[in-house]
Amino acid sequence: MGEVNFFIQAIIYLTSAIIMVPIANRLGLGSVLGYLVAGIVIGPFVFGFVGTEGKDLLHFAEFGVVMMLFAIGLELELNLLWRLKFWLLGLGGLQLVLTTVFVFLFSIGFQFSWKSSIALGFILSLSSTAIVLQTLKEKGLMKSISGQASFSILLFQDMAVIPILAIFPMLSEGDVITNDHGHSLVDHLPGYQKTLVVLFVVIGIILIGRYILSPIFRLIAKSGSREIFTGASLLLVIAISVLMTSVGVSAALGTFLAGVVLASSEFRHELESNIEPFKGLLLGLFFLSVGASMELPVVFQHPMKIVGIVVGIIFLKALVLLLLGFLFKLPLDQNLYMALALSQVGEFSFVLFGYSEGLGIFDKDTIVILVACVALSMAFTPILLLLYEKTIFEALQSKAPKKQTTQTLEKEENPVIICGFGRFGNMVGRFLRSNGIGITILDYDADRVEMLGRFGFKVFFGDATRIELLESAGLEHAKVLIAALDHPEKQHELIRNVKHHYPNLQIVARAGDREEAYDLKEMGLSFIYRETRETAVKLGGDVLKILGTRAYAAERAKNLFLAHDDETFHELFDLRKDRVQYISLAKQRNSELERLMFVDLGKEDELDLDSWSEMERM
Amino acid sequence: MHPNFLFDDLIQMPKILIQLFHPFLEKSKANQMLLDSIPISDNITLRDLYEIYPNFTIDVKLEQKILLEHDVILFQHPFYWYSCPPLMKQWIDFVLEDGWAYGKNGNSLNGKKWIQTITTGGSENAYKEDGFHKHRIEDFLLPFRRTAELCKMDYQSPFLVQGTFQLKEGDFQKESLRYRNFILSLLEAKHG
Repeated sequence: MGEVNFFIQAIIYLTSAIIMVPIANRLGLGSVLGYLVAGIVIGPFVFGFVGTEGKDLLHFAEFGVVMMLFAIGLELELNLLWRLKFWLLGLGGLQLVLTTVFVFLFSIGFQFSWKSSIALGFILSLSSTAIVLQTLKEKGLMKSISGQASFSILLFQDMAVIPILAIFPMLSEGDVITNDHGHSLVDHLPGYQKTLVVLFVVIGIILIGRYILSPIFRLIAKSGSREIFTGASLLLVIAISVLMTSVGVSAALGTFLAGVVLASSEFRHELESNIEPFKGLLLGLFFLSVGASMELPVVFQHPMKIVGIVVGIIFLKALVLLLLGFLFKLPLDQNLYMALALSQVGEFSFVLFGYSEGLGIFDKDTIVILVACVALSMAFTPILLLLYEKTIFEALQSKAPKKQTTQTLEKEENPVIICGFGRFGNMVGRFLRSNGIGITILDYDADRVEMLGRFGFKVFFGDATRIELLESAGLEHAKVLIAALDHPEKQHELIRNVKHHYPNLQIVARAGDREEAYDLKEMGLSFIYRETRETAVKLGGDVLKILGTRAYAAERAKNLFLAHDDETFHELFDLRKDRVQYISLAKQRNSELERLMFVDLGKEDELDLDSWSEMERM
Repeated sequence: MHPNFLFDDLIQMPKILIQLFHPFLEKSKANQMLLDSIPISDNITLRDLYEIYPNFTIDVKLEQKILLEHDVILFQHPFYWYSCPPLMKQWIDFVLEDGWAYGKNGNSLNGKKWIQTITTGGSENAYKEDGFHKHRIEDFLLPFRRTAELCKMDYQSPFLVQGTFQLKEGDFQKESLRYRNFILSLLEAKHG
């Protein structure tokens, strides 16, 4: 590849990604599909910008997978695993095993060999971490029961990838086309010595990670610049991959191990954020090249087959999940949501397909068809969830109050209800309580509820957007509802519900920023509080004082600023749709404010005239 | 500027509390110069109330404690609308409590001196029966006088710096010296 050619290639790949990924994200399909489609578009069968070198790229891009495993390793905090052990092993383990077994049985029925059936079972049992977590985050369901269950299952799958990678070579049929992982240094050694060497290396990694890496990173962090730290993080990952492949173990496994070792170090987040962009881009490149190397003609020859397989996979996976949900006593609406959310096949299957092609587990055409199926199953997820939310979910919600999964609220009759007891609601609650106001608190974060309980706060667990829960929390007796949910969408839902059912109840609401505040004003609220406004202004006032302004002058400056900010907020509200006017008015208001402040702080000389002494001289 | 006589070891020496009430000290040259001329002594406590309570939430218990520790209470403030700035009024309303400063058992301030140091924009001539304001400063200060009397305090005539807007650099130095000597004379006064 010539220099110029390389840059041209980079331009093509990056451009296609930049165009397709945002579109896919906008449609709620997730960036994985965006990359995939971008790859197909530039591939030999649509525009033909890139030819068959997609394969070479694949090898390079597979390093993204190695980094992904390093990142997964970093995320494995032991105490999190311990806390979720029941869900992880129970729900996650059973999901994987059952799905694998069912797929295995089906593919045996379809004349696959038993080895490739097992491989297929493993591959299809995985779900897409990227798509699901993003969806859950967007919908604000991370803390809900379905969110926690989904998270546990995904985490288990992530961990299961390691043994699956280890098992795959045993499933190869006949000749292995080596993936050309360089020459292993241990090839000439007899078997038991190989094992010993591998063990030695693994133990070495653990020891080095535990006792040597942290001090080194500390040194670098202290003396080096940021990019040196990034370089060190990259060096670490690359060095471990090379070391592991040289003793004949997969690079992914090695870096995963290193990740786990470093998960408990103080540099965990720093490493993660350093690796993140490389990981993201390389993975993107990986999915791009999967798309580019897809044999579209093969796909178009078997449309019915593919549709059949996709529907089959989704149905099967959802069914297994639904079953487990019942077993683990999830409420029906949450259970259905989880089942649908996890019904697609994950992006890691592309890695496994590539791997298994090298091992000769499947033939090429099968892989092309299966990759297409996986991609389609991903594309269906957002559509399915949307349909579900609009139809069944609503119906389930509007039914008579179901059994509470956590606790039933006894009838509360406090004048104030606080929904959301995070940073913000917590402060409000403490303030009101210290003034002897009775408050009822609702929160949807199980850990937080438990912790607050230990502090003597009576907090009820529950989804505040459900009107029947609010009613059992004594909404009809309340005079004020404080909406302090972190999540804008949830916040809107809560306010809409309450306004609809109890139009006379006073709602005071927290907003994250100006935009959110506009949204709330649009909903007809008049008590809107931007979370950081007063604190930021208070800090500013203190800075004025540090710089020598007198306390009372700073106090006036703060009040003046806030009052002016309020006015501006209401003025700009009507203009917020018209960007040009909005900006010009905002500018005008800012300069007005500066003038006001100037006058108040006595920086205009003519103000020093004392009118009294003027009059006295008349 | 260090005073030559520090009678800190004399138990007899009265303790002076200077309570400054000025919302716009940054703009008042007269008050700044008065502050600069206050001698440094362990027996003089200078407190800038607008700096301590910019949001008007006064710590009543603290203020009362500080009052108890002093013998001379000197209020330094500009003359706004024939009266004091609002924080000083707030301070009087809140700190001089019934049952503490006056009324039944309200004897905490017995015998302490009440003095006001007042800066006026208007000249001395303006504050006369036939002047611009038709009354003397002392007449306008009647509410403060009654307040002090009700608290069984020893009300003394105010220290006045007048016509602050016509003062020249030389006048400022003169006034400074006058204020400094005034406070030193208070220190020397035998207490009790």
